[in-house]
Amino acid sequence: MKILVCISRVPDTEARVAFTAEGSAFDESGVTFIMNPYDEWYALVRALELKESLGGSVTVVHVGTAASDPIIRKALAIGADDAVRIDAEASSADFTARQLAAFAKSENYDLILCGKETIDYNGAEVPGMLAELLGLPFVSHAEKLEMEGQKFVLTRPVTGGTEVVEVEGPLVVSAAKGMAEQRIPNMRGIMMAKRKPLKVVPPVEVEEKVQFVHFELPPAKKEVKLIDPENMDELVRLLHEEAKVI
Amino acid sequence: MAHTTSIQKGSTAKQDRFQFHDYYLVEELLSEEHRMARAAVRDWVKQEVSPIIEDYAERAECPVHLFKGLAEIGAFGPSLPVEYGGGGMDEIAYGVIMQELERGDSGIRSMASVQGSLVMYPIFRYGSEEQKRKYLPKLGSGEFIGCFGLTEPDHGSNPAGMTSTLRKDADAYILNGAKMWITNSPIADIAVVWARDDEGKIRGVIVEKGMKGFSAPEIHGKWSLRASITGELVFEDVRVPKENLLPEAEGLKAPLSCLSKARYGIAWGAIGAALDCYDSALRYAKERIQFGKPIGQFQLTQKKLAEMITEITKAQLLAWRLGVLANEGRASAAQISMAKRNNVYMALQIAREARQIHGGMGITNEYPIMRHMMNLETVLTYEGTHDIHLLITGQDITGLSAFK
Repeated sequence: MKILVCISRVPDTEARVAFTAEGSAFDESGVTFIMNPYDEWYALVRALELKESLGGSVTVVHVGTAASDPIIRKALAIGADDAVRIDAEASSADFTARQLAAFAKSENYDLILCGKETIDYNGAEVPGMLAELLGLPFVSHAEKLEMEGQKFVLTRPVTGGTEVVEVEGPLVVSAAKGMAEQRIPNMRGIMMAKRKPLKVVPPVEVEEKVQFVHFELPPAKKEVKLIDPENMDELVRLLHEEAKVI
Repeated sequence: MAHTTSIQKGSTAKQDRFQFHDYYLVEELLSEEHRMARAAVRDWVKQEVSPIIEDYAERAECPVHLFKGLAEIGAFGPSLPVEYGGGGMDEIAYGVIMQELERGDSGIRSMASVQGSLVMYPIFRYGSEEQKRKYLPKLGSGEFIGCFGLTEPDHGSNPAGMTSTLRKDADAYILNGAKMWITNSPIADIAVVWARDDEGKIRGVIVEKGMKGFSAPEIHGKWSLRASITGELVFEDVRVPKENLLPEAEGLKAPLSCLSKARYGIAWGAIGAALDCYDSALRYAKERIQFGKPIGQFQLTQKKLAEMITEITKAQLLAWRLGVLANEGRASAAQISMAKRNNVYMALQIAREARQIHGGMGITNEYPIMRHMMNLETVLTYEGTHDIHLLITGQDITGLSAFK
């Protein structure tokens, strides 16, 4: 089975979010970037598990600059066979999906896996757009992905329970928590990653439809007033007179 | 963002909030592989070590199950060739791995130090091809646990005085004697043991568990390295087949070369323990309010923290430079002594200062400080004591030996 896994680069969850002057861009100084956990822990690892049981290959693809090479190497260290980097800033979901689609069209993948969303913008748009651009079926937020004969059987959450769907490939799947478990690369994988192919390809022409105008932080938290639990009258007074909510 | 990059096992496990500190951007001197190795071992420690270590240390039990995980991540002999079960990495990678392991616990790092530097390395360096093929892959994969027998009850700092003997007898050697303070010995499948042959020369042999006359009783009652198992090695007329003799090792320089490898790893490792203490103290100082402000705002706390990061930064640079020299095959035993001595003492001082910043909380298992501090008391004197390493430097710069 030929599998493509789309990976993105996101700020570490411990990164402090700040913006450059006048909120024009995210301030990357001092920020550590990681592979998006949904892409790494679930999409990539499930792809590797399928390859291990059924044979085939796992390619990772990424839209980004050379600054992303460490996360691509990590994907190779975890076990992907080869990698492709489309050399452009992933400026919007639309732009990214069009770049991925242009690449994915050139190869016949049986399965394209993405994380269900990235943990920076939490947009969750790229996998759906990619499926549409490729004319493939799309299953989002899959918690389980199995093969039964030639069919993919996927489990996804619905309110109050789960839904099981059966799809004929090729298809695009966005992976949610539960599909696999994190794999930590070992030293041998890290050394092998150095020798695995990482191909850099130019982006295709895409008309930018989205322009970011401005970023701003949420308002700073106000000071907290602690009221003695015995002093309910004071609480009521403050809610009435200061907070004006009752 | 409901995500955290560290996974907590079980709801009762304490959260490992460690963040790396690199004041002089020393990471920029490292390669992409080094950084990836560091991140991988740190993730492994957060996932496997941090949630359980206080409990094991408290119960003075070795988490033996971690041997398998250490092997899987590639912590055993990472700088040995891949064909012999190693990782094919360089000495800096080895150092970085030891640092991240010791950030978790000195005892866990000791498990890996001994297996890699004191068991796999001597077999790789001094063993026959058959010995390498027979033992190294199994040691690298964690199927075999190894230990190293040099120190004797009456010969610690002076290993040249050892009295264990290897008497030639037809196709075997008869091993007699006792070894003391042997990490991993009670659970070891093999022991690399040093003893004097009929001519009085120090030779190394591989002793296997189950050989008649060989026992490895555990040493109890340690207040340090409580999550690491320590024992003796007792040999009463143990018949060791002659093919278990390390053919290339002759004289004290052979075991000392292994110790150099291990000490090199400790020079890096101790920084890990120091970083964990500093990181905890820094966070505590910013969160703990006294007299209406965070204690980190007081000058005396700032002095402690500022001195800590200064010393850590110096130690990081020392270890990095030593690593470059080791990669070039130019790191001398005396240079390794200096780094081991400096960095372990630095870490111990930081643990003590960090304990003060934490106040009473610092002595509890809510924080890693006291465990690191107790561990480092051992690290200060094992693999060459603090004082002996000073005298090695003294001898190196004056050309005069204080040992004679």
